[in-house]
Amino acid sequence: MAARDIAQGDARKPATGRVAYVNARLLDPASGLDTKGGLVTDGEAIAALGPEVTAKSHPEGTIIVDCGGHCLAPGLVDMRVQVREPGEEHKETIASASRAAVAGGVTAMVCLPNTEPLIDDVAVLEFVARRAREVKLCKIFAYATVTKGLKGEALTEMGLLSEAGAAGFTDGTAAVSNPQVMRRALSYARGFDALVIQHPEEKHLAGTGAMNEGEIATRLGLPGIPVAAELIMVERDLRLVEMTQGRYHAAHLSTASALDEIRQAKRRGLRVTCDTAPPYFALNESAVGDYRTFAKLSPPLRSEDDRRAVVAALKDGTIDVIASDHAPQDQDSKRVPFMQAEFGTSGLETLLAVSLELYHGGHLPLLKVLELMTVRPADLLRLPLGRLKAGAPADLVLFDLDRPWQIDADLLVSKSKNSAFDERPVQGVVLRTVVDGRAVFVRDAAG
Amino acid sequence: MKTLAASPSNTGFPHRHLLGIEGLKPAEITLLLDLAESYVEQNRQPDKKRTVLRGRTLINLFFETSTRTRTSFELAAKRMGADVINISVSDSAIKKGETLLDTAMTLNAMHPDVLVVRTPFSGAVNLLSQKVNGAVVNAGDGSHEHPTQALLDALTIRRRLGRLQGLTVAICGDIAHSRVARSNVHLLNTMGARVRVVAPPTLLPGSFARLGVECFTDMRKGLEGCDIVMMLRLQSERMQGAYVPSVHEYFRYWGLDYDKLEMAKPDALIMHPGPMNRGVEIDSEVADDLGRSLIREQVEVGVAVRMACLDVLTRNLAPANGGAA
Repeated sequence: MAARDIAQGDARKPATGRVAYVNARLLDPASGLDTKGGLVTDGEAIAALGPEVTAKSHPEGTIIVDCGGHCLAPGLVDMRVQVREPGEEHKETIASASRAAVAGGVTAMVCLPNTEPLIDDVAVLEFVARRAREVKLCKIFAYATVTKGLKGEALTEMGLLSEAGAAGFTDGTAAVSNPQVMRRALSYARGFDALVIQHPEEKHLAGTGAMNEGEIATRLGLPGIPVAAELIMVERDLRLVEMTQGRYHAAHLSTASALDEIRQAKRRGLRVTCDTAPPYFALNESAVGDYRTFAKLSPPLRSEDDRRAVVAALKDGTIDVIASDHAPQDQDSKRVPFMQAEFGTSGLETLLAVSLELYHGGHLPLLKVLELMTVRPADLLRLPLGRLKAGAPADLVLFDLDRPWQIDADLLVSKSKNSAFDERPVQGVVLRTVVDGRAVFVRDAAG
Repeated sequence: MKTLAASPSNTGFPHRHLLGIEGLKPAEITLLLDLAESYVEQNRQPDKKRTVLRGRTLINLFFETSTRTRTSFELAAKRMGADVINISVSDSAIKKGETLLDTAMTLNAMHPDVLVVRTPFSGAVNLLSQKVNGAVVNAGDGSHEHPTQALLDALTIRRRLGRLQGLTVAICGDIAHSRVARSNVHLLNTMGARVRVVAPPTLLPGSFARLGVECFTDMRKGLEGCDIVMMLRLQSERMQGAYVPSVHEYFRYWGLDYDKLEMAKPDALIMHPGPMNRGVEIDSEVADDLGRSLIREQVEVGVAVRMACLDVLTRNLAPANGGAA
């Protein structure tokens, strides 16, 4: 296993000096680079990379990290994470989510604003930024809400919040359901070139639904959430985007029909993007099985046809980003009857391994899988991240592409242990995570 | 009293009413401005009284509260020698359930020569004008037109810069709901000025571009190189989230302060139809900048403009007092 020497010190100290990562398979989706070679960091930035970087001929004092031939890629940028702080620190904190993130190779994450208090003004946004600086493991950004108090009525101060660093605007796990409010949000945000992210679900159709509407829900006697709940909201929003020319992003799409709408909208030239999360291409509604609350997600796990459509949409470029949709829940929220259980799965630590199934299963090239989690979300959020490039921040993930392991919810670093992927055999292990040149995570040789 | 205008074409202003600027010809606008110019001087004399409107009755019918416009019309009419009645929303029969048209018919039966009407409903003044015998002046109908405001704005600019042709005017603020903006757009376009409108996207309908203006949501870009910055009032109920998140944010991005004003020409002039919200759409210092703010002058020439309008419109009516006009 790679040298552990530099992980011994305080990972929060700014990196100084040079580190050479040698004997690596360099993977940079932005440039299409896939080659054996090495990468040198100087302080917080990448200084050089390429086949010519080897263990030899480095200035004295350079720390040499032998990557053992494993993959060295830009750190993952996860654009949809719930950290639960402030307000629900018993489920997750900025610190515990950060530890989970770096264990999963995530070097930058964007938090949803549905905390308590909500991120709907500059003060709360700055609180999150301050906590992120204190924890200082991965980079943390945050969205602000579209509407004040998440009430779906009055717009937040999108201009001032953008200036204060809001990565975009979303009502998080709630949809902006009033079409006039959504229209004005898209229109007003356009003035600041800000991104509006929708949780696309028509709330009245979703109702008290607990899983995908269909045969399994019928057998289990659970109220269903129809495919149309997602489709109708996406269709409506696309009409509003046409009216306003706003920047719109649909989060965690799960259905063939909604993806088809996005596909057609892109063909028409609309400025729309979307993401999905690993559960929607790796699982289907049968995972609910015998009332498994870990598989109770929002949107719900859909049919096998929908799952295949998600994979197809990843292949043809309809889906721009894979995000973890990390939604930590404590035991009290999941060890209850299915109807009463909270929605969501932990996702930061399983994002890479489950996404790599797309490569191992022969659906997508490796660079394409990585692109969806690095340069694409970074560009979408206008963050200068997600690239292996001289001068860019030294945010890196070193992973063993092939090593098999079994996901064990109890072993998650995250404070909450709810994983829809519990017991799933996967391939691909994060060995080391580097943020701004600092080794923030190094896997033990035994791990 | 006769019901129809007496050969209106003789006056050079062939309209019985003044309902809006849209549709007026450059010569007609110039006629009103030239006439108003002469009244500006008159209003500065100790003896301001004339007898042009002696025998005429003017009713100010205001369904929205107003201080400056109503007072301005009242003073204009009185200085011209007319008798003036003010009816405001609080004591109007509309409150008791009477329809707008019934009120108009009732007042019409008392033979007013001029009705000056303000209403919150776009188009309501046009409707009313079809049912009365005298001349009707639109003192503001909803978000539609406010013609005397545009005329007084034009006169204010012309007195200061000598022309309207070729000037670049930026109208900034709540464009969507503003009758002042619409009347000014029509007038300035008719007179050959270049008009820009600047507003948050939520207060700037995309179709405004069809009115022949350039649209901007970035105020600094909108003000670049302009001669005149015309600010509009933003009503408080529009700043609480539906259109604009807050006063704080509005002032930051669309309030006129010296920082944004720097983008305009170095000697650019500032206008506001009033009443101002200091610290919302305009910085106090800017509003009070004697060298650049035309806000007080606008109020002053407003009376003269209304005198000119009343003068011209009553000339078109059947002669009062056996022909002494």
